[in-house]
Amino acid sequence: MLKEGQFRNPSGCAVAGVIDRSGGKMSGQGMIDAIAVMHDRSNGLGGGFAGYGIYPHYSEFYAFHLFYDGKSAQTEAETFITRHFEIVYSSEIQTRKIPTVTDEPLIFRYFLAPLPQKLSRSHLDEREYVARCVNRINARIDGAYVFSSGKNMGIFKGVGYPEDIGRFYRLEEYEGYAWTCHGRYPTNTPGWWGGAHPFGLLDFSVVHNGEISSYDANRRYIEMFGYKCTLHTDTEVITYIIDYLVRRRGLTLEEAAHVIAASFWSTISGKEPAAREQETLLRRMFPSLLVTGPFSVILGYTGGLMVIGDRLKLRSAVCAQKGDVAYIASEESAIRRIEPDLDRVWSPAGGELVIFELYDRGGLAQ
Amino acid sequence: MYIDAYGMESRALNDAVRACGEHSITIAHCIGQRYLGTALSDKALSIEGTPGNALGAYLNGGSIRVHGNVQEATGDTMNSGEIAVFGSAGDATGYAMRGGKIFVEGDVGYRCGIHIKAYRENKPAIVIGGRTGSFLGEYQAGGTIIVLGLHTDGLPIVGNFCGTGMHGGEMYLRTAQVPARLPVQVRAERVAALPEDAAALVREWCALFGREEGELLRCAYLRLTPDSSNPYHQMYVGN
Repeated sequence: MLKEGQFRNPSGCAVAGVIDRSGGKMSGQGMIDAIAVMHDRSNGLGGGFAGYGIYPHYSEFYAFHLFYDGKSAQTEAETFITRHFEIVYSSEIQTRKIPTVTDEPLIFRYFLAPLPQKLSRSHLDEREYVARCVNRINARIDGAYVFSSGKNMGIFKGVGYPEDIGRFYRLEEYEGYAWTCHGRYPTNTPGWWGGAHPFGLLDFSVVHNGEISSYDANRRYIEMFGYKCTLHTDTEVITYIIDYLVRRRGLTLEEAAHVIAASFWSTISGKEPAAREQETLLRRMFPSLLVTGPFSVILGYTGGLMVIGDRLKLRSAVCAQKGDVAYIASEESAIRRIEPDLDRVWSPAGGELVIFELYDRGGLAQ
Repeated sequence: MYIDAYGMESRALNDAVRACGEHSITIAHCIGQRYLGTALSDKALSIEGTPGNALGAYLNGGSIRVHGNVQEATGDTMNSGEIAVFGSAGDATGYAMRGGKIFVEGDVGYRCGIHIKAYRENKPAIVIGGRTGSFLGEYQAGGTIIVLGLHTDGLPIVGNFCGTGMHGGEMYLRTAQVPARLPVQVRAERVAALPEDAAALVREWCALFGREEGELLRCAYLRLTPDSSNPYHQMYVGN
């Protein structure tokens, strides 16, 4: 069987996200209920969730979630992990048997601290060190795949309908201040667990509805900076673009959004001078990171969620607010399922960035 | 007949509507079920909640009223009949309509009225109370789109790229401001009052949503029409 990455895999999909900006905790059940409303947008070949603030007792450690094809891959990966990290705690991730979720790999979780000596000898900052270790496992160890690697957050994904995947991982038992989720509709699938969304690197997680047509241009550019696109899915390259622009180049999320979903030159020319200069500069600096084709993406990160769509708005996205809680979904009905009585509901324009952050992160007021 | 749609899948709900012998059907607690009212020709459907995509696709008569917002592709390829939305509508509202009327109390998303077309007595019409997203009337080939601009959020009455590829029909925007970068083939002219058929549509909109028609009928509109009724003359075939 060909795996993800050995052929092209277009997709349709549903996305949703929720954040309690006051930091209040929600179980994963809400997202399961919301994504179930959009059942018809998926075809049972991939679903996943990202939860933020779910590991408060281990918040100082990198939480690695790994898929293993078998015991030998696990042994090899654990040898690598032990060489680079102190394992503070490790266990198999608890799952529930669901008739519609089959062929699951071995799924393990590790809370890790980089070995101080190794880290200092690498001359890398800590996050870069961790990111390189993730890349190394995914590219070099056959049958092992790190699908979550942030602090105090976790990704849970697999092959199946998203609501089934949520129940499989017992997400009603986790509590976080923010969640995202994804239902996948690949038209052409190998049925591999690693290929489901969210795709993550460190605390970034990306869920994506769409089909980007700039994939190869973006990939060729981003691979120059040490990223390895092992999956050949658009979501992976979007994650690396965001990681590169925000973590490595120090751009703000707004600036990164002006690179990824840059306005048309004709639209830029009609803007105020300051905005016009800034957007022109960003388009000129990173022309190869412009993402074209239909997409709506929710980025999760420590303390916030960001939604961005393509500038032509070829995929839908709806935002809503009720008190301290903000919602994002492909369809309004998914939001109404978990909060029928909303204070405000609106659709961002094509290319328009919407950010919801925890109040104590100094988040943007929307 | 009353149907509580809570927890029902799209197919089951649609089957229940189709199997119903009564003229009037009320659907309560609608949440995301797609294709409601597809190709119906003689029913009066009243929906409470948030119906899913492609509401009233291929509608062939009768009426659909929604007390709530609707999502994408409402009235996709509808032939006749009427859809009234007591709320706002998502993208591609009235996608490729061939007849009938859509009335929206609030705003619509992107690509409203994309490729609507008219033939003889079949003239589709869309009346929007608030504002629209970008690509209003994209590839419009016939019919009438009226935007009343009663929104209060300060945004422009239409987004970018209004009338891209428009080659038939007409749009009336209740504004004095010509949309930015209108395509060269689209002509904008100020009309002091709406012609009778457009005024009748506005009166219907006012009656549905309980608004005063006086001001909306007395003011000037911007009328958008394509410059040529046959811009593709001789381009593909000797027509």
